[in-house]
Amino acid sequence: MLGHGSGGKLSAELVRSIFLPAFQNPALAKLNDQAVMNVNGVRLAFTTDSFVVKPLFFPGGNIGSLAVHGTINDLAMAGARPLFLSAAFILEEGFSLSELRRVVDSLSQAATDANVQVVTGDTKVVEKGSGDQLFINTAGIGLVPQGLELSADQARPGDKILLSGFIGDHGIAILAQREGLEFESAIQSDSAALHGLVAEMLEASDGISPHDTQEQRVAATLGGAIRCLRDPTRGGLSSALNEIAEQSKVGIQIEEPTIPIREEVRGACEMLGLDPLYVANEGKLIAIVEAGAAEPILQAMRRHPLGRDSRLIGTVTERSPGTVLMRTALGTTRIVDMLAGDQLPRIC
Amino acid sequence: MCLAVPGKVLDSDETSGVREGRVQFAGIVRRVRLDFVPEAQVGDYVMVHVGFAISRVDAEEAERTLALLSEMGALAGELGLAEPEAEADTLEPAPADGSKADRGDDRRD
Amino acid sequence: MTGAIRDLVKYIDEYRDHRIAHALAAEIRGRASRKWVLMEICGGQTHTIMRYGLDELLGDNIELVHGPGCPVCVTPLETIDKAIELASLSDVTLVSYGDMLRVPGSHSDLFQAKAKGGDVRVAYTPLEALKIARAHPERRVVFLAIGFETTAPANAMAAWQARHEGLRNFSMLVSQVLVPPAIRALMSSPANRVQGFIAPGHVCTVMGCDEYEALARDFHVPFVVTGFEPVDLLQAVLLLVKQLEAGSAQLENQYARSVQAHGNPVAREIMQQVFAVADQKWRGLGMIPSSGLRLRDEYADYDAVKIFGLADITVEEPAECVSAQVLQGLKKPTDCSAFGSRCTPENPLGAPMVSSEGACAAYYRYRRHTADN
Repeated sequence: MLGHGSGGKLSAELVRSIFLPAFQNPALAKLNDQAVMNVNGVRLAFTTDSFVVKPLFFPGGNIGSLAVHGTINDLAMAGARPLFLSAAFILEEGFSLSELRRVVDSLSQAATDANVQVVTGDTKVVEKGSGDQLFINTAGIGLVPQGLELSADQARPGDKILLSGFIGDHGIAILAQREGLEFESAIQSDSAALHGLVAEMLEASDGISPHDTQEQRVAATLGGAIRCLRDPTRGGLSSALNEIAEQSKVGIQIEEPTIPIREEVRGACEMLGLDPLYVANEGKLIAIVEAGAAEPILQAMRRHPLGRDSRLIGTVTERSPGTVLMRTALGTTRIVDMLAGDQLPRIC
Repeated sequence: MCLAVPGKVLDSDETSGVREGRVQFAGIVRRVRLDFVPEAQVGDYVMVHVGFAISRVDAEEAERTLALLSEMGALAGELGLAEPEAEADTLEPAPADGSKADRGDDRRD
Repeated sequence: MTGAIRDLVKYIDEYRDHRIAHALAAEIRGRASRKWVLMEICGGQTHTIMRYGLDELLGDNIELVHGPGCPVCVTPLETIDKAIELASLSDVTLVSYGDMLRVPGSHSDLFQAKAKGGDVRVAYTPLEALKIARAHPERRVVFLAIGFETTAPANAMAAWQARHEGLRNFSMLVSQVLVPPAIRALMSSPANRVQGFIAPGHVCTVMGCDEYEALARDFHVPFVVTGFEPVDLLQAVLLLVKQLEAGSAQLENQYARSVQAHGNPVAREIMQQVFAVADQKWRGLGMIPSSGLRLRDEYADYDAVKIFGLADITVEEPAECVSAQVLQGLKKPTDCSAFGSRCTPENPLGAPMVSSEGACAAYYRYRRHTADN
């Protein structure tokens, strides 16, 4: 069943049944969005992602900027400082050169703004009909401070869950461009590079001296209190939380009234019968943090432009391990299930 | 079945006998067919299903029901019958206008 | 779906107010002196109940069973197979509401047909299908026109417009169902346990309340017409409980902000021009006389069955699927031996597990944790 692309249950199945068995190594087995390896005493984060978004151009960005943000964010979720990217393009024969130029300019600008270099790349042209106009793959390398172990299997009961802002913007911005679902709307994709926000979160603490070693810093900072960072891209907030619940073997409970959703995104979701919890985000992160550190880390997030609307949205529990529960606005509890396939607009 | 949402009619026009209007649902605006609600005026709310308004929301009826229900709700609140609302975080509220965070210059079209 | 930023969305948020909800729930619990079995007919109402956990608030005396009001769930297997067959034709563009894409036919579904190269598109409105037909005269555009009475006027308008414009490359594969005959069939069954009905507010917005008044009278069972927000549904349950406790069997309209007793005559007019009542097979329930709509003869040029010469086929459901009994409220999804194991949203055996308004999917997605505890 080919609904694998939406980032939900089916993708997870593909990974589990085909990819993991083929590439057996400890880094991959952790199933994080990046791999962190020790090379000659240096900790490298390495990640790759392919971008197949349609439409290629949308309010707030395009496939080019998205390709940079997405890969930088995968590195950032390991606490890495992103350094270098590769960019590989697959183009359908006949693809518009002016559009390609726009995409490449965007990609280049996004990298520059993030202080990251695109150091290598590749281009392939395929026959008309074999590709969906343009696909981009970016891979990225970054440096992870010693002593920092951010991973989806690190959540512990009692930890708090922080969300960096409004959910659903990107997915709805994309949807609004698709034929048949047009509405006049000011909804912009939230596509953004999060490594700056993450750096703030890691450093949020008193008494760090500029002379401290990396290890001393990490030990001293609240960075030590952060268990896991995840960016809720495809599959939305729900998928990211479900993955953490499953890998850490814990329960997660979130509180519906605390989750920020823009009015326009609400309107679009109400109209189309979509649940914002499953809608993609490209400039947001979830942080699982030790309870005592939640408040200072939240304050640190709110000081950063990309974290102004951060919220504490829930808690890690022992109850129903592997399951994400949500306390509704009515005080009742329901499951936030992992998405099986794309969420489709409904009439019913 | 039958997902229909209430939206506010912002304007309406008629082309070749087809009446359409721009209808607003919580911050988004979409064109909606008004064929089935000839009585709906600009400023009215309509229930919209698959791109067509199927009824005009009767504001008085809504008021009436709500007044009654709100009384019940308020009373229940006073008597402590209502479960406390799920905890919103207690830190200072973010800007109420939902203004987007300043993303600097890392956005290019 | 409220955010922490509290912009009240008019005519939605007021009906999600938690204090009102709890006040209503407390009164329901206080008034129900014995067990009552209530059915909400509409899939959208099932969705709200499950998604907000309303059944948690009602106390032990109220049992909610879920009715057949999910047009996705009751679209005949044969119709899905026909749609898939059409989608496989190289010059056909099949346009459908999103709900239908994952509903299993006998071997496949429209989503897989799309994956195999079929031109299958999702539309929010039938007007989109018309738009595609106008823009692509070289394609034969088929619109999968499913729904209850709520959707019938819009679907009818699409056919009417196509005919009015002389759009040669547009047709509809119709599976329109009518609610009252299904309720009548359900209530005539000796196994029926339902004592009170929550009636579908958007169907009644179009059709009015007369048919439900007749049902209340004929079967001496109370009906309350209501909407789709938690407060609406709770108020409907309360009104039903009050009636049941008093031995009354009336039609009440809780959704007067949208429903008038006479419904929407303008909408019904276009339905009557385009559609005629016909016998209809309901997936899971079987054939129910005069329970569906078909295109009138003057719309033969817009009837996909006639244009494409689609044969009449009969297909059997997987034996393990008990959707028939679930749709009639005789079984809960959790009573099914395949629920959650051999039948899940990724691998559904029957339609109620696909659409999130289907009782099985709703239980699976929102409430299965209660089965575990």
